Amino acid sequence: MKLDIAELCAGYASKRVIDQLNLSVASGEILTFIGPNGCGKSTLLKTVARILKPQGGAVLLDGKSVHSMNTAHLAKRLAVLPQIHSAPEDMTVRTLVECGRFPHHGNWRAPSAHDREAVERVLAMTRLTELASRRVANLSGGERQRAWIAMTLAQEPKVLLLDEPTTFLDVCCQFEVIDLVRRLNAELGITVLMVLHDLNLAARCSDRLAAIRDRRVFRVGTPREILTPAFLREVFHIEARVMPDDGGIPFILPSGSCRGKEVRP
Amino acid sequence: MSGPDIRQRTGFRIAVLILLGGFCLASFLFSMRCGSRNLSCAEILKTLWAADDSTDYLILYHIRLPRVLLGGLVGAALALSGAILQGVMRNPLAAPGIIGVSSGGALTAVGILLLLPQFSELLVPAAFLGALATAVLVYALAWKGGIQPVRLILSGVAVASMLSALVSMLLLFNSERAVVVLDFMIGSLSAKSWTQVRLIWPYIVCGAFASFLLARSLNILALGDEVAAGLGLRVELMRVILLALSALLAAASVSVVGLLGFVGLIAPHVVRLMIGSDCRYLLPGAALFGSGMLVCCDTVGRIAMDPVELPAGIILALLGPPFFLYLLRRSADHEA
Repeated sequence: MKLDIAELCAGYASKRVIDQLNLSVASGEILTFIGPNGCGKSTLLKTVARILKPQGGAVLLDGKSVHSMNTAHLAKRLAVLPQIHSAPEDMTVRTLVECGRFPHHGNWRAPSAHDREAVERVLAMTRLTELASRRVANLSGGERQRAWIAMTLAQEPKVLLLDEPTTFLDVCCQFEVIDLVRRLNAELGITVLMVLHDLNLAARCSDRLAAIRDRRVFRVGTPREILTPAFLREVFHIEARVMPDDGGIPFILPSGSCRGKEVRP
Repeated sequence: MSGPDIRQRTGFRIAVLILLGGFCLASFLFSMRCGSRNLSCAEILKTLWAADDSTDYLILYHIRLPRVLLGGLVGAALALSGAILQGVMRNPLAAPGIIGVSSGGALTAVGILLLLPQFSELLVPAAFLGALATAVLVYALAWKGGIQPVRLILSGVAVASMLSALVSMLLLFNSERAVVVLDFMIGSLSAKSWTQVRLIWPYIVCGAFASFLLARSLNILALGDEVAAGLGLRVELMRVILLALSALLAAASVSVVGLLGFVGLIAPHVVRLMIGSDCRYLLPGAALFGSGMLVCCDTVGRIAMDPVELPAGIILALLGPPFFLYLLRRSADHEA
């Protein structure tokens, strides 16, 4: 499904964080928002996910505005995993994943055979079948994040929005989550739009990166196109070397901050 | 803890619900049997069936039956109200008092009893309206482009403390007659008749069914506002519906029995310790347990120091906490 962000303005009552932002996300691509803290990438993602109301402009999913669409109907096409989430202390993995079927069966109808089947399939895909009756609260960080991603997958979305899915995870778990995201993208054709802080991780898993700066998309392109020392200085205020790794993906080796020093005539 | 948790099994949960239903029925029977005249179950059935003018029939039909039904309705309503609030606020300390229902009901009730005793037949509707109006006020004060549970709790506490000050003032200036409001302030089922049952049953029955129907949405809301919104739940709308339901249930209860705070706080916790926090089971479980608990405590209060009658509120506050603390310790042991 094609996602278009058109002239989008977003933010909070007194402060506009995103102003007239335009961006098109192609069906089946992985696009990652990058940018320093406070640049508005999370606000942007939440507005795209219709968690926040836009202050102007529109987000169009196959040409239809997500903010005027029936919200339960939209939840069958577009799933979102916020950065901070918590399950009730005694909730099991299976119960959490079953919550992902809520937009399909709603408040009153009992879950159908198809609902149960979808839950089992998602559990298997995320390698959680063995852990299905464990409590979410008792899982390790990486397993817990997999369980939450499984919940969004149970919605059977075409578009998946992830807000910093690797934050708080150790290196191995970060790669597990990223590998899972890539697999979902490759096997199910899910379009992924996410926010990542780790630039090397973002370069490794994204088709395109979009850098947010000054309330707009500052630059958008493949990791190879946009990750240059000049770009990193300008957007992230860091001095860094950029070298291609074995696969040709740029690898960033920061050597220090250059905040306040970059203004030169 | 590894391995499946028995509290998560549907079969186990249903079994517990059936047991709670049994407890509820047993407490009703216990209350029907005990009192100035102790009757056997067979006698109760026979007398109610005969429907004659005997003293037993008068006691059973006009005194004990309405009292049991009222206790059952109010206990269920308070427990449900507390369970809904704890879910919506994501706060284990939430109880019907937190949204101002108790203080609002108390102020109007005390005002009528002390200042306008000639209108005392309007006590129930007035307390009901006072309780609901306060809940609306608390909600309005907490609203700022949406509702955040923490802000709702804080404005509830603020409003409640102001209204309590007004109640204290009324009591102070009318201290010679303060005893007439004592029953209301403690919470009591004494001297209740079919009139009160008829006044409140529609609200409580409708409120209970509506909350059972919304149990799934309450589960989704427990995952946090953003996750719930992502799952297609209209968070603000569902929250105001659930808050309104819980205010309605609590207001109906407070208006007839006064400030019985403890049931709403503890009954949901007790049931949660038994069968977990899935609202599809928690809500009916809390309703059954709240019913049984209140009727039991009321009966104990009637017979413990016969002929003096202790209000149910006192028995609840005396017997409830030790039982609850026992359960809490036991479950902590299991989890360790």
